[in-house]
Amino acid sequence: MQETTIPATNLRQKQPRFQGMTAGHRACLGCGEALGARLVTEAAGPDVMIANATGCLEIFTTSWPESAWRVPWMHSLFENTGAIAAGMEAALKAQKKSTKVLAFGGDGGTFDIGFQALSGMLERGHNVLYVCFDNEAYMNTGIQRSSSTPHAAMTTTSPPGKERMGKRHLKKDMVSIVAAHHIPYAATSSVAWPSDIRKKVRRAMAIDGPTFLQIHVPCPLGWGFDGAKTIEVGRLAVQTGLFPIIEIERGGLTGVLPIRNPRPVEDYLKEQGRFRHLFKKNDLRAQQELAHIQAIADHNIEVYELKGHGSSAFDDEGMTLVQRGGLRRA
Amino acid sequence: MLEALEGSQALARAVALCRPQVISAYPITPQTHIVENISKLVADGKLDCEFVSVESEFSAASVALGAAMAGSRAYTASASQGILLMAEVLYNIAGSRVPLVLTCANRAVSSPLSIWNDQQDSMSVRDAGWIQLYCADNQEAVDTTIQAYRIAERCELPVMVCVDGFTLTHTLEGIDVPEPEQVDGFLPAYQFSRTLTPTNPISMGTLVSPDFYPEARHSHHQALLNAATEIIAADEDWGEVCGRRYGGLLKTMGDPEAKTVILSMGSVLGTLQASLQEYPQQESIKLVQLRCFRPFPRQAIQQACAGAERVIVLERALSPGSGGIVGNEVLAALSEVETRPQLFNCAAGLGGRDIPLDIVPRLLDAASQATPGHFQILDVQLDKLPQEDR
Repeated sequence: MQETTIPATNLRQKQPRFQGMTAGHRACLGCGEALGARLVTEAAGPDVMIANATGCLEIFTTSWPESAWRVPWMHSLFENTGAIAAGMEAALKAQKKSTKVLAFGGDGGTFDIGFQALSGMLERGHNVLYVCFDNEAYMNTGIQRSSSTPHAAMTTTSPPGKERMGKRHLKKDMVSIVAAHHIPYAATSSVAWPSDIRKKVRRAMAIDGPTFLQIHVPCPLGWGFDGAKTIEVGRLAVQTGLFPIIEIERGGLTGVLPIRNPRPVEDYLKEQGRFRHLFKKNDLRAQQELAHIQAIADHNIEVYELKGHGSSAFDDEGMTLVQRGGLRRA
Repeated sequence: MLEALEGSQALARAVALCRPQVISAYPITPQTHIVENISKLVADGKLDCEFVSVESEFSAASVALGAAMAGSRAYTASASQGILLMAEVLYNIAGSRVPLVLTCANRAVSSPLSIWNDQQDSMSVRDAGWIQLYCADNQEAVDTTIQAYRIAERCELPVMVCVDGFTLTHTLEGIDVPEPEQVDGFLPAYQFSRTLTPTNPISMGTLVSPDFYPEARHSHHQALLNAATEIIAADEDWGEVCGRRYGGLLKTMGDPEAKTVILSMGSVLGTLQASLQEYPQQESIKLVQLRCFRPFPRQAIQQACAGAERVIVLERALSPGSGGIVGNEVLAALSEVETRPQLFNCAAGLGGRDIPLDIVPRLLDAASQATPGHFQILDVQLDKLPQEDR
């Protein structure tokens, strides 16, 4: 049988799609956030208006007089994105227009400083899709810990040392807090699962009300890994159970991406410089922290039943077959 | 037709006449009655708009900004701590050159906590890049609110209408509420030039490098200076419609040849006028109501003070460690004239302290005893203070 290979360039032409965020921006090589934002705007289409929080995404896509955005886009401040989006939505409603408002923020702008404005937006029921690009630290200011930074991770404000093993606190369970507003739809996703992002964005776009999507976006610079491995690292976060991919509707868990055979957390942690201190030889504290992080993963696997029931073509068994360099060895 | 209305009620009616499509607000004394009255107008179907009852003043200003960017006429109101919580957004709105109207129900700023009137709040954000207009009475507040929308929309700048808390907001006066047709004619439907829309996508609020930042600041400064013309025109044109004019940038009262000028902003002008009637002075006195503080009308002040031998600036806020804020700016303006009058600078009525009817003789007395240029807070009971603070 003749091999049918299609050159990548032709493949792209066969899949014409709208790009809300175009090439030429200044993101680092392998930036998970840039990929995430591109996927979200592709799936959302052109009839949108974006309120964007201060952060990497805002900085690397715009530097006056240039802009990577092909949709109406506005950056106001760091902590008011939920409110800016709410104002846009109120205005469009008053003008009887159907343009969907999107709000983009990083984990700092969402979990921390913009938390209140987001909560207000959710509580008031504005028809906005809020997307949090979660790279687990303040990357724009140079890798400082946020309330999304995972336990034991090294950042410039949670450095390991004689008295510390990285961040002392747990990652905030943001999607549950958001879901507790009883909004129609809150979900997590990862750039390692582009089709999952597209599916969830389309789902959220169709809902007339506040929706929330937290996308795990690995940061090569901030996490300390090769920019070519963004997808692999993102996939490992999910496969270890450290970043569960779930859907919550009106407060109830309705969807989970199952991981049939969870990987040990070391597989994920050892890929990243921010966890390097956990692999120091003969360090009891490092061993304890590794056990602690494994316990967090085990807890997620249990609570969200990540091992799943039955088999599904859409779970990670299928997903992991497709990876850089061809088919995975059996 | 005159109606007996509380200041806040009259303001709510004025705002409604301007047909805002989005209103966002958070309650704070003494602004609360304004948004309560607006909520009632919305609930009764008398005002068709999206009323967003937000979770903080920070979001109130942000919602108004988002709404204006999405092409709606928007409104918000606050006071005191609320204005300060908004501060970052106020700069952002002005720097984005977005037309908005905000009512500031002037109130003191904590600490110590005071819910009563002075003008420390709006004075604290004087450098945010907003047009600031100060009203002497509630009829002026109504008319200024309507003028403010035209000024904002023609200049693409936000306008803060400052109304003394309680003194105006909670006081009943006979108000002539304009007819809707009058306001509609003066203030036609508006389309913001940089409205965000998918059919013509633009990026707003981008990062600006040192190559462009000073130019943006220069344009903003120039736009505020240029706004003076529109402020005068709005007062004149609205005067054509309703028959009331407020002098544009400032209003002078009393003897035009007077050697003594008393200059102030806001509702204290009413007290000063009453004081002059109650306590007629041998020397003739001219009152100057500074209506527009930003842009600061240097030339108008120079003209208003021409021929005066002394100018007494009475203000309702201060910059601790420096002194009077308005006083310093008036002093700077007068330093440019050839025969420069002496300037006396007093703050009074801080944190709601009553400004008594004999304020004019008190001011003259204080000025005759003070060294020119010296700033003082009137009516301080020094014997209640520790020795080192006297």
